[in-house]
Amino acid sequence: MAQFTLPRNSTVSKTAGRHYPAPAGAGKVQTFKVYRYDPDSGDNPRVDSYDIDMSACGPMVLDALIKIKNEIDPTLTFRRSCREGICGSCAMNIDGTNTLACIKGCDEIKGEVKVYPLPHMPVVKDLVPDMTHFYAQLASIEPWLKTDSPAPTRERLQSEDDRARLDGLYECILCACCSTSCPSYWWNGDRYLGPAVLLQAYRWLVDSRDEATGDRLDQLEDPFKLFRCHTIMNCAKTCPKGLNPAKAIAQTKMMLVERRT
Amino acid sequence: MNLRSPLGQARGLGSAKDGTHHFWVQRVSAVALIPLSLWFVFSVANLAGADYEQVRWWVGYPAVAVTLVLFIAAALYHSMLGVQVVIEDYVGNEAAKITALLLSKFLHLVVAVASIFAVLKVALA
Repeated sequence: MAQFTLPRNSTVSKTAGRHYPAPAGAGKVQTFKVYRYDPDSGDNPRVDSYDIDMSACGPMVLDALIKIKNEIDPTLTFRRSCREGICGSCAMNIDGTNTLACIKGCDEIKGEVKVYPLPHMPVVKDLVPDMTHFYAQLASIEPWLKTDSPAPTRERLQSEDDRARLDGLYECILCACCSTSCPSYWWNGDRYLGPAVLLQAYRWLVDSRDEATGDRLDQLEDPFKLFRCHTIMNCAKTCPKGLNPAKAIAQTKMMLVERRT
Repeated sequence: MNLRSPLGQARGLGSAKDGTHHFWVQRVSAVALIPLSLWFVFSVANLAGADYEQVRWWVGYPAVAVTLVLFIAAALYHSMLGVQVVIEDYVGNEAAKITALLLSKFLHLVVAVASIFAVLKVALA
């Protein structure tokens, strides 16, 4: 069966969470409830509460996490890099929705801010999921230009219309918010490629310069790799860049129908 | 312990080069079921309060019998495709999955044949 319950050593302990109160004289206080897991301790995960003085903190959830790590609890572990929504490192589940901590404003969330790692991924530590399989799936669709014609001596030309077909696709930063919000990816992620990788696959299917469209479709035409998508639309709802992977997947299915009808 | 490379695991057994047919016939049967279901629901509602002889007389109409058979065939075919997807989604164990898929197909076929036989028996009596 698809695994709906966590193994015993992965359930969140209700009692072990620690509380870090705000300093005396703090102005506006917001509480951050952060998922903590340390593989070296052997303990179950717990949720720690940090009361943050928002008058001395930047506006984004990432600012608060960095403040916690710098000033309150240096053991908190998370990925971050660009702090402006283009690297995808700080993807995590905030207030019940997968998004990027760096572009999610604390003031967008009423009350306490719940911060968890991306759902249904193996956790390395705290907010850091193991992305190995996700990246291997991306590599498996060979996301690069493939041609058999001899390489031109100048740029590969593309009409404005053809270039416009990549809009809504090239902006993907591969943060994995969509794939880890997809129930089909939760239950069958070992075989289903997931919305992020399928959007990338479609990005190469519709690139007018690519000559391997048929081979790419051959590789995707599979009940599990592609057709586990049931148009649930969580991917489009959660994408922090406002993209629509479900539409790209639907159009891939249409291409597969088109080439046999 | 699994020492297979991540790319090897992601590629797995490769593409089945199949699935589009299932996708397509699921949609074809869905489209067919729009008028057939509306007709069926409307007709059955119209028969409310009818006695046994009236219903037999209704099924005996050739057009009604043919449409009933079409509805039964389309509905059970569509259901078989849908249940297959549900089983593939949620049953991970390979042996359990094959068993469930076989049972589902056989059950759908039995119900379809029995239902169509019932309609024909009434219509041709």
